[in-house]
Order: sequence, then structure tokens, then C-alpha cells
Amino acid sequence: MKYEAIVIGASTGGMNALKVVLSALPKKFSVPVLVVQHLSPRSDSYLVEYLSKACKVMVKEADEKEKALPGYVYIAPPNYHLLVEKDRCLALSTEERVNYARPSVDVLFESAADAYGRSLIGIILTGANYDGSKGLRRIKQCGGLAIVQDPCSAEADAMPKAAIQAVNVDYVITLDKIAPLLNKLTEEIGE
Amino acid sequence: MRHIEALQNEDIEIQLLIEAIFLKYGYDFRGYSRAHMKRRIMRRLTISGIDSISEMQRLVIYDREFFEKLLGDFSINVTEMFRDPSFYKAFRKEVVPVLQTYPFIKVWHAGCSTGEEVYSMAILLKEEGLYERSQIYATDFNEEVLQKAKEGIYPIEAIKEYTYNYQHAGGKAAFADYYVAKYDSAILEPSLKKKVIFADHNLVTDGVFGEMNVVICRNVLIYFDKELQNKVVGLFHESLCNGGFLCLGSKESLRFNKYVDNFDPVIENEKVYRKKFGC
Repeated sequence: MKYEAIVIGASTGGMNALKVVLSALPKKFSVPVLVVQHLSPRSDSYLVEYLSKACKVMVKEADEKEKALPGYVYIAPPNYHLLVEKDRCLALSTEERVNYARPSVDVLFESAADAYGRSLIGIILTGANYDGSKGLRRIKQCGGLAIVQDPCSAEADAMPKAAIQAVNVDYVITLDKIAPLLNKLTEEIGE
Repeated sequence: MRHIEALQNEDIEIQLLIEAIFLKYGYDFRGYSRAHMKRRIMRRLTISGIDSISEMQRLVIYDREFFEKLLGDFSINVTEMFRDPSFYKAFRKEVVPVLQTYPFIKVWHAGCSTGEEVYSMAILLKEEGLYERSQIYATDFNEEVLQKAKEGIYPIEAIKEYTYNYQHAGGKAAFADYYVAKYDSAILEPSLKKKVIFADHNLVTDGVFGEMNVVICRNVLIYFDKELQNKVVGLFHESLCNGGFLCLGSKESLRFNKYVDNFDPVIENEKVYRKKFGC
């Protein structure tokens, strides 16, 4: 199975969780990673800077119409939804909040499932709401892979719990196991 | 497992729906971001309890009222007064000094939605002493939002946020000077409408708006595909006088646009560009 992209959704406690996962990926990670972290609409580019410092892969804020490339982590800008088009270019939207959130994990996951189909990996990390469950279900319906952070290891367990309840997930694993699994899944290319 | 075929069928249905809307009503969404269109269509599908997009297509053709609803879904009307305060602050600092040298100032606010950002610009021009010699043209394709924009009446609960924005946008007075509170509404000061003309204009199908000094079009282009973005920025380029300013949304850019070399970036972070002389 050849995976072509990874989408990650996180909320409360996500800063640290994202750092743990993303900092363990190699510089030339073979697929693009798209991230929605719930943020205050007025927040600045702090998250991107914080993750940039910690990571070997390139971390940047997602620009509209740019192509999602391997070796890059794209973070949804505060107050915008992040979507993926069929041609794997990124799109932004200011449409109303979904699950009280903009950016919303569901919006990213649903559009990414349409764009990548079965070659997509979706990951739900820590969070205190239920955003992302619907999107993760769509990823599974389209044949993709679903990973959820073990609620016991999450700073806030509501979001992972909601995802596990809504979806027949493939992996429920602790935070430190996620990056090694991703490395393994994406290394299998060509085998 | 949701089969690839089901997804492909959905894509065909969406394409046919968009084509039907164009053929029947002349509204052209063929160049809109497909991921965005799909979200809006699926949202209406869920709300209306319709079985499929094909069924929706039949409704669109035979039921104008349903079509009007869908049309409303397709335009995103999330806006606020002095949205992105740093833009207005930068506009005061970098653009206003240039505008001060002009005897008359024409501003086109394209995709003005319910008007909050139009009145924000009116306030800014007023405070900078430019309003009396300005003419603002505010356009949108959605007649319903245009009507709201003309009224200039906004829910009172939004005022707190607008006041915060105004203060961070370099506002020179008290925001309360610009509205009268009445029951649940804030009614904007009538003089803010004096220099504004609201008009129905569709960026996709309508033509040039002549000799503008400033074109403001924020968070509209993000819903267009690259080709349509090229077309619309071309329209703006043609509508601007030499040295005229083009103001886009803070997450939009000309980076991938055909006309990128016809503009100079003036305020990079705020996506304010200036049309080059003689091109």
C-alpha cells in the first residue's frame, strides 16, 4: 500500500502532542503532512515557529493554491478552514465554523479523503471536543487508514474517545508510538 | 468501504449540477474551487433531506426558490467590521499618504457581502480626511446580502468585537461615534453611506469597473480555481489606474497568478499590491 499524504487533527494539548509526533519524522519524509490545530482566531504564527524549531521536516503555514509536497508539514492558518483539492493543491475557506471550530478537523479530513482516497492516513490526537470524528469516518469509507492517539496518553481524551466511538479505527496507540508507525507505513513504498 | 466509483459518481453529479445552474440561470460556478463547492452542496443536501445530488439538480431546474437558497449557500458571507485590523492599520500608513495626493479617489470593493468592510473603509477615509472626495463602489452578485449592506444595520452583539477591531485598526475616534444602538441593532451613521454606491456585479461574468484608485477584494479569490483567479485579477488590473492599489485577503496572494509581474507588492504581509506604471 502506497500512502501519499497524512492528515492530523488536534485541539487541547495539541501543541505538545504535535511536537512529539512531527519532531520524530525524518527531514526527507516521503509524504506531505497536513495539520489542523484548533487555535484562537487572533493567534499569530507562533505554532509554526514553535514546530519549525523542533522539527527536521519543513513546517509552514498552508498557502492557498500551493501544492502539498513531501518533506513539508502544512499548518492551517488561524481562522481559516484548510481543504485539499483533487489536484492535491491546498485551499482555504472562511466559511462558518464547523463543530465550533475554524479551522475544523472535519473540513480538512473530508476534503483530503476525496482527494487522496485510499492513500490517506488520518490521525486524531488530543482534544476536548469531538471535531474530526466525521472526517475520520470518511477517510475510512474511502479506504484510508485511521490512527487515534490512545485516550489514556492524551492530555484531553474527548476527541480521541469520540473518534474511536465513531470509527472502526486501525490503530489506537500512545503518542510516542505514532511517529515510528508513520515512518514504517511510509517506508513500505515500492515493496 | 466507500468505493472509488461512488466518489467518481458524486463528482459527475456535482459537475452536472453546476452546469445546470449555468444553463438555467447564467450564474457560472464552473471556475470555483471544487472542494469548496462540494462542501456547500453537501451542506444543502443534508439540511434539505434530499437523497442525492441528481435529485438536487432536478429541484434546481424546476424550483427557483430552492435555487435561490443554494445560491445563498455558494456565497460565503462571514465578515466583520475592520476584519484583520492590521490591514487597516497598514492601509492608513502606506496607502493613505498616496491617496492624499489625489484630487478624487475611486474605490471598488468587489465581493462586499453584507457591507461591514465597506463601512470600515468609509470610516477610515473619513478619519483621514479623504471621504468627501471619495466614491466607493461596493459590489456583490448576491442581491440578498447587497440589500443588507445597503441597510447598514448590524446585530448589537457584534459591536464588542467590532470595537476591539476598530481600536486595533488605528481608529482615531470612539467607535460608538459611528452607530446608534436601537433594541438589538446597531444602526450605522447615515453619512457613512453618502459616498457609497452598492451595485449588483458578478466578478465571473461581468466586466471592468473603470479607472479605480483602489480595488479591495478580500477573501473572494480563495474560492476560485487558478484559471478564474487569473481572469479576475486581469479584470482588476484593467479596472485600476496606473499606480492603483489592489488589496487582497491576508491569506491570498498573487504568487501563483498570471499577473504577478504587473504588480509591485507594497505591504507584503497584508497583501497590498500596486499596479505598475505602463503595463
